[in-house]
Amino acid sequence: MKLTHIILLLVIAVAIGVIISTSGDASHYVTFDEAQELAQDSPDEKVHVVGKLKKNSLGEVEGMNYNPSVDPNYFEFLITDNKNREERVVFLSPKPQDFEKSEQIVIIGGFKGKTFKADKILMKCPSKYEDKKLTSAL
Amino acid sequence: MQIGDWGHLFVIISFFSSLVAAFSYYKNVSCDSEDLGSKKSWKRFARIWFGIHALSVLGIIAALFFIIYNHRYEYHYAWSHSSNHLPVQYMISCFWEGQEGSFLLWIFWHVVLGGVILFTNKEWESSVMAVFCAVQAFLASMIIGVVFPFIDLKLGSSPFMLLKETMPDLPVYNINPNFIPEDGNGLNPLLQNYWMVIHPPTLFLGFATTLVPFAFVIAGLWQRKYKEWIRPALPWALFSAMILGTGILMGGYWAYETLNFGGYWNWDPVENAVYVPWLILVASIHTMIIYRNNSTALKTSMILVMASFLLILYSTFLTRSGILGESSVHSFTDLGLSGQLLVYFLSFIVLAIALLWFRWKEIPTSEKEASMYSREFWIFIGVTILSLAAFQVIATTSIPVYNAIAKGLGLELKLAPPVNQELHYSNWQVWFAIGIAFLSGIGQFFWWTKMTGKQLWDKLFIPVLLSLLLATLIILLGGLTKDVKPEDFPIYRRVSYILLLTTAIFSIVSNVTIFISVVKNNIKLTGGAIAHIGVAMMLIGILFSSGYTETISMNQSGLLYSKEFPDEVNTENVLLFRMTPEKMGNKYQLTYKGPRIEAKGFPGYVNKDSIYPTNDLYKVITRRELKKGDKTYFKKGDTLEVNPENTYYEVLYKNKDGKEFVLYPRLQKNPRMGSIPSPDIKRFWDRDLYSHLSAVPVNAEEREWSEPQAQVLHLKDTAFVNDYIAVLDDVERIEAIPGAVIKKEDIALRAHIHIFGPNGVSYSMHPIYVIMVSEGNVIGYVPETLEDLGIKVTFKELNPDKEAFTFEFSSAQRDYIILKAIEKPMINVLWIGTVLLVLGLFIAILRRYNEFAKMRDKAA
Repeated sequence: MKLTHIILLLVIAVAIGVIISTSGDASHYVTFDEAQELAQDSPDEKVHVVGKLKKNSLGEVEGMNYNPSVDPNYFEFLITDNKNREERVVFLSPKPQDFEKSEQIVIIGGFKGKTFKADKILMKCPSKYEDKKLTSAL
Repeated sequence: MQIGDWGHLFVIISFFSSLVAAFSYYKNVSCDSEDLGSKKSWKRFARIWFGIHALSVLGIIAALFFIIYNHRYEYHYAWSHSSNHLPVQYMISCFWEGQEGSFLLWIFWHVVLGGVILFTNKEWESSVMAVFCAVQAFLASMIIGVVFPFIDLKLGSSPFMLLKETMPDLPVYNINPNFIPEDGNGLNPLLQNYWMVIHPPTLFLGFATTLVPFAFVIAGLWQRKYKEWIRPALPWALFSAMILGTGILMGGYWAYETLNFGGYWNWDPVENAVYVPWLILVASIHTMIIYRNNSTALKTSMILVMASFLLILYSTFLTRSGILGESSVHSFTDLGLSGQLLVYFLSFIVLAIALLWFRWKEIPTSEKEASMYSREFWIFIGVTILSLAAFQVIATTSIPVYNAIAKGLGLELKLAPPVNQELHYSNWQVWFAIGIAFLSGIGQFFWWTKMTGKQLWDKLFIPVLLSLLLATLIILLGGLTKDVKPEDFPIYRRVSYILLLTTAIFSIVSNVTIFISVVKNNIKLTGGAIAHIGVAMMLIGILFSSGYTETISMNQSGLLYSKEFPDEVNTENVLLFRMTPEKMGNKYQLTYKGPRIEAKGFPGYVNKDSIYPTNDLYKVITRRELKKGDKTYFKKGDTLEVNPENTYYEVLYKNKDGKEFVLYPRLQKNPRMGSIPSPDIKRFWDRDLYSHLSAVPVNAEEREWSEPQAQVLHLKDTAFVNDYIAVLDDVERIEAIPGAVIKKEDIALRAHIHIFGPNGVSYSMHPIYVIMVSEGNVIGYVPETLEDLGIKVTFKELNPDKEAFTFEFSSAQRDYIILKAIEKPMINVLWIGTVLLVLGLFIAILRRYNEFAKMRDKAA
């Protein structure tokens, strides 16, 4: 066997390793129901859940709790997922900027017991191109 | 004709002229070589059309800049990217905030590079320029903005669209069809930064330069000049690696200074999408150098050069097609160009593969089996590692693409990027980095041909010994120990850090040895050694600044909201009440001193308590004298020009030894983008202290105040307000109120209230009461707010019969900020390494360009 062949085999082995680790580390977009099932089988697995903030008829966000003078690293809120299941989410970090303004929220984390613990929050804010300023100027 | 019509006309001309030029250059290459007359005329024709193309591109830029500079908000581009208050230097940034403008920037650089090739390389002109002009046609089509009727096909998105054309449904057009907005939407505040003026042009120059080696390899295959293309392409590939690398690092530095994710690299899809082609480009440079020295690795060089350009196209597709969604800070708005971008990308993949396929058998190969004791063998291994590193990053970054492909096949694949991206990438990349550091050290000791094991060992002995000694010393001195729980710092990571440190030191030692022996003979040959020292230093800098990042803003109040997750408590953010010193970790004591603002003509920052707002957000009036040192810059009552979007929060740091410094983390409030915090960084020689706001404080105006409580006070009476003692010292009649007009007969009274705050600090407040006799005894109030203590006071009433005054006090929670502070050790090693890498590449460019120029002039 030539040296080149050995190297080629090694390269293929590393490439396969990369592919396996990518598919292994990749997370999934799921609903709260699926996330809860998953948490029972593999408690450490983290998932992505897409949802919306709970708002009342006046458009105000409901169920949000952030009181920095008690604990600046504790923030909880309510999210409704695409299957309309509502869930309390705890985020052990300060409340992200412009949280209330977001249209859609992706929470990354998993169920710990009965509560969804988010490690990261991605917010989809209203499009930059929305003509908010333009209409208010009229 | 309107300016926008001119601009649009120029876009159309630039598109067709590049097509004509590409075709003419193609004809020049492919027409009968005996027919010199038509060959010559095709070339002249092609040059004229390229000239027309270049002029029309300049015309587009001029037209777009005219629209932005003159605030022509009837055009959508000006309205959505600029505003009346935008400083001129940032008007340039408006160009690349939008997709259309950034395509324009890219097109512009191709014109410049094409011009350089036209003048420096007559031999390759036609075939290379044919590729160039074809690429230009694709790019120009992205901004051409033509809609084909009946088949509902939109080609490109023009930057010269009128607002009315992009948003025809606005209700205002029913009332006033000629409506033009008075102000624009404004530039994204993140882009209002000097790095954002130079980073995008540098990066796009980097993108553009990858086309040059690609065009040479295509030309080489096309004209069957399989070997000759390498000599002119090599200096360009080096130039491209230098510019693209600089662009990437500038982006990292901008992110470090401006964004608040706490670092210079975030493994963001867009960062990755540029990092991958750069790695492949660097790999291709190495194989081209192997080829120049002993005629092997020709096919590999071709493939890698092609791949680096195609990967740039792939990254363009990723960032601009909207496929990444919201997972990236850089994502452009989707303009519906994804189909067109895909066609662009696939066309060049097909071209490259087809050319390789049909010419493959003709490409000369070397049958030599590389020996373990030769330099090319080890460089080749290095190239393999670089390629694998690139593969690992692109495999994960492409996850959204897999979802899209599955969707196209009718499957549902709901894959999401890894949750902990940093670990996912770093766990692989650190091992590739170890390999690269080791090889960049050892590779320097081989000659180009074979040597024996004995000869090698003689050369290696001292550098290896020295490196091991140095690494051991650093480890023993505690350089690689980390004060965290063992499960957060597992053994495999510790091993990888030790290996990375050792190999990087070995690389520095070896390359310094080589540098010393080469520099005596010929300084022009030192590029490689300097660049490799730079890379090794960067690796060490990254190892320490990222691997040993320490959050020092631990919340020590002991108050915790929940016991829900007892083993996972986050205390990384600390709350600071204004004027209340707080201990942070065991190193610093912090005092938040209040919000500050920048004013034109005043050095440093102005206390927000020293100014009154006016109706114009951009103008304020001073409440007291503004001094800096002994110099008085503004008197009381002067009008200041300010930028209301930026507020700086003054935080005083005091370390154990009593040494003090001040940081001003910033918050930028923009109606369009919301609130964006930026860090402030204190730089020490061996580390950076990086602080940013991690939650936005509530505005003074939006804060919840208690119901006002009226208190009747005589002179020298005391009152309790928000648990502090207040004394009414005096009431006087004043002639003028800052920021308001009062007439002679009006009566204005100002109270002096003294408040004893905590820690022996006392404050005075001066609410004002006015009777506007001239307007029929209208009563006016100028209340005052004391943010430090959360007190608001209004001078409400005169009670002449009792010789008393009524004041209304209300209180609120005191002003506070939530802060996160991080220490990044040895980050300066990373920046120094960066500079050395760029310098080394620059020296290498000079050397390879001279080699090319000598050969060219000899032939001529």
